[in-house]
Amino acid sequence: MSDKAKKNKTPFIRLSKKSESMLDPRKAVAIRISSVVVALILGSIPILLTGVNPVKAYGIIVQGSLGNKIYLQQTIKKMIPLLCCALAIGPCFKMRFWNIGAEGQLTAGAIACSAIAIWFGKSSMPSILILSLMFIFAIVAGGIWGFIPGYFKAKYNTNETLFTLMMNYIAIGIAKWLQGGPWEGRKGTQIIPIFDRKTFLPNVLGVHCGWIIVLLIVIIMHYYMTRTKHGFEVAVIGDSENTARYAGMNVGWIMMRTMFLSGAICGIAGFVVVAGANHTLNDVVADGNGFTAITVSWLSQLNSYVMILISALLAIISKGSKTLNQRVGVPASVAEIVSGILLFCMLGCEFFINYEIKFRWSRDKDAKKSASTAEQAKNGSTDGNRSSIPANTSKEAE
Amino acid sequence: MQNCAIELKNIRKTFGPVVANDGINLQINRGEILCLLGENGSGKTTLMNMLSGIYQPDGGEIYADGRKVTIRSPHDAFKNGIGMIHQHYHLVDVFTAAQNIILGLDEAMDIGRVNTRVKEICDRYGFGIDPKMKVYDMSVSQKQTVEIVKVLYRGSEILILDEPTAVLTPQETDKLFAVLRNMRRDNKAIVLITHKLAEVMAVSDKVAILRKGRYIATVNTKETSPGELTDMMVGRAVTLNLDRPKYDNPEDKLVVEGLTVVDREGIKKLNNVSFTARTGEILGVAGIAGSGQKELLESISGLYPVKSGSIKFVNTDKTTVELVGKTPTQIKEIGVGMGFVPEDRLGMGLVGSMGMTDNMMLRSWREGRGLFFNRKKPQDLADRVWKKLDVVTPSTEFPVRRMSGGNIQKVLVGREIASHPPVLLTAYAVRGLDINTSYAIYNLLNDQKMGGSAVMYVGEELDVLMELCDRILVLCDGQVSGIVDGRTATKEEIGLLMTTVGGKEA
Ligand SMILES: Nc1ncnc2c1ncn2[C@@H]1O[C@H](COP(=O)(O)OP(=O)(O)OP(=O)(O)O)[C@@H](O)[C@H]1O
Ligand SMILES: [Mg+2]
Repeated sequence: MSDKAKKNKTPFIRLSKKSESMLDPRKAVAIRISSVVVALILGSIPILLTGVNPVKAYGIIVQGSLGNKIYLQQTIKKMIPLLCCALAIGPCFKMRFWNIGAEGQLTAGAIACSAIAIWFGKSSMPSILILSLMFIFAIVAGGIWGFIPGYFKAKYNTNETLFTLMMNYIAIGIAKWLQGGPWEGRKGTQIIPIFDRKTFLPNVLGVHCGWIIVLLIVIIMHYYMTRTKHGFEVAVIGDSENTARYAGMNVGWIMMRTMFLSGAICGIAGFVVVAGANHTLNDVVADGNGFTAITVSWLSQLNSYVMILISALLAIISKGSKTLNQRVGVPASVAEIVSGILLFCMLGCEFFINYEIKFRWSRDKDAKKSASTAEQAKNGSTDGNRSSIPANTSKEAE
Repeated sequence: MQNCAIELKNIRKTFGPVVANDGINLQINRGEILCLLGENGSGKTTLMNMLSGIYQPDGGEIYADGRKVTIRSPHDAFKNGIGMIHQHYHLVDVFTAAQNIILGLDEAMDIGRVNTRVKEICDRYGFGIDPKMKVYDMSVSQKQTVEIVKVLYRGSEILILDEPTAVLTPQETDKLFAVLRNMRRDNKAIVLITHKLAEVMAVSDKVAILRKGRYIATVNTKETSPGELTDMMVGRAVTLNLDRPKYDNPEDKLVVEGLTVVDREGIKKLNNVSFTARTGEILGVAGIAGSGQKELLESISGLYPVKSGSIKFVNTDKTTVELVGKTPTQIKEIGVGMGFVPEDRLGMGLVGSMGMTDNMMLRSWREGRGLFFNRKKPQDLADRVWKKLDVVTPSTEFPVRRMSGGNIQKVLVGREIASHPPVLLTAYAVRGLDINTSYAIYNLLNDQKMGGSAVMYVGEELDVLMELCDRILVLCDGQVSGIVDGRTATKEEIGLLMTTVGGKEA
């Protein structure tokens, strides 16, 4: 008997995929909002452990990232490369081409425009010309960095995830070598001297004009994906390569083209960081933005406009936690843990939106409910109903 | 009632704005084969999915052996003895039949015992599969058999088969029906979904009819006729006639000579195939499944590499263009349209996540200069196909993946026919379509023919081929075993050609 009961037991927790039609958009929004709330609650644990009041800490994060003009400008500065990389990844992901090489493509772009800044910065060339050259070189270098894995995927069907990841290390390695070798300033410093002022991006409203470039890309990207032939091709390939071929699309070529484009936009991110913010090159120029951008892209479901919101949120946390560190001495690592928790919860909630968790007890409850109603319907007495429940529970207790 | 296995009362199911089922009452009895009949999108699959635990009804009750039950998962369905064979199979390619059968069971993996039990089931009902065979080596019909055995192995008493015959050859269908009759003798309850009325009449005891998601009636097969069933299905008297209009002066349009292709393993799929397709003519292609039909159409449209031979397209001014060596796009520009309906409808030809409009655009997205596409024309085309073929869908933006099987097909065929190509290639164009729509498609093909197209029609049902086609090319094992006149050929003659090449057994 007990043996049999064991066999018939359903697992304690089960997952079931919700069918597309069951998704209620309002519910999805509610789940997303509650995931942020849960993240804030969970995030307060490490903060509490450092002896700081979490409410106060969160206050500082908000105040320290949006509280005054300077903070706001710094937050936006952080947001620019992140948003730019997320936009770049969008078409690749739409195509189901798992490009995780934004980090490297950004670095490649940064290296190329630094080269221009170093070679021509001191020349008599006008600033606008140098900046344009830097821009173009960043695009080409980033594009090539993206094109290479695209080419190998198209021609030899290599694994794009590993390939783009490797390309990251190569680009970062080159930057490191330049930093310690050919472009090093004073021997032994491992630092490349600040570039000439002519290579600085002008400020608009207090922030370098990279933000205008990125906003333009947001709009262009939106139209590119929804209105152009290219965007259509990318969407078809993402759904079914066979169908794309059948419709006469050159899948390999489109892959290479899209990867070039993606790399080029990452290259622009590199240019904006070098010419707008750092004014020098180092091996951490990408600063993890290329990886975080994957999360941003994914969370915004490849919608350009939503990417603005998500990247803003992440920039706020990143900038705010720096302030938190300075003001009340919460270690930077704790702030990182908090933003890790937030990302985890936001990604995790997508899972809850698409899947349903069923506990065994909820199943039994339903089965009982229906069994009892059936019973009731049969003999019309609540008596039989009552007796059936203990019988069931006793079986369950085994 | 003693032999009533499942009873459905007043079942309702909606998907957002779409009412897929409403007020359905159905009785499934032991020892009986019940056919479920209805036009495309009338809710047959949805209804059966509620019995097998894929969907839950929004309203109504399900009784199993007189007990009210809630079926919340396929697992629950199995506990109630219900097993469903879906149209798309869920088998693991690298596993053997036996491994697939016990997959997902909590049972200890005693393969030896499983093999003997599988063998037992096979012998009992007359299946011919080897439990040790790997799935990737199997034909479609063998895979289907594995699915059926899988369901029987779990002790299912109620079997639901969703359009099992759509992918089978007539011979395989006969075999399946023999098995179903054995099961009936074994007092199992069987529900069969099919669009082919001949099959309904041949195998079923009762027929339940759905129309636009509503339940119409259940009738005894013996007391009804195909005509009456069609009328009930459509809701009005329909006359189905197929004629073969004569086109006045046919001209050669496509000249194929010595076409030979090999697959990746180096096996010859087409061997020295030669024929001519003419304007104003429907050229039927008959043959046992896998005799090279697919490769023939794919190589004409440039999707399959050609080893040797030539395919010439004849222009109106009598000049010819060689198609071998051209890309699919170039061939399409020349004017070869392909209405290829593969076994996997969504894998090739349509984009499941997009709506009708975007799927229409797959044909025309390149048109016009500049970066942006023009959505006006595909939108118009989608509207036209929607109306002309009665596609059941809430809007032209509704993802085609979520439409019913037959409606997905209508979108595909509708698009291909719409471009009025000089050469129209169709394969299994009516697979999974209800009878009314099938005839609509046949008539559209006739329209194409009378408009001067050379139409190639790869089909399965010999009756239709003989009624519709002017000439029938018979393929056997990649070779042309004969080209016969559709007006004079007999079924026996074609049947013989299908299994023999050049007079000797293949
Ligand atoms: N997951 C879903 N989401 C939204 N609508 C759906 C879904 N599944 C089915 N439908 C709709 O429900 C209706 C009935 O579909 P169903 O697949 O049951 O038809 P069917 O009778 O099996 O047709 P066919 O013979 O063409 O296979 C269709 O209009 C279809 O568009
Ligand atoms: Mg169906």
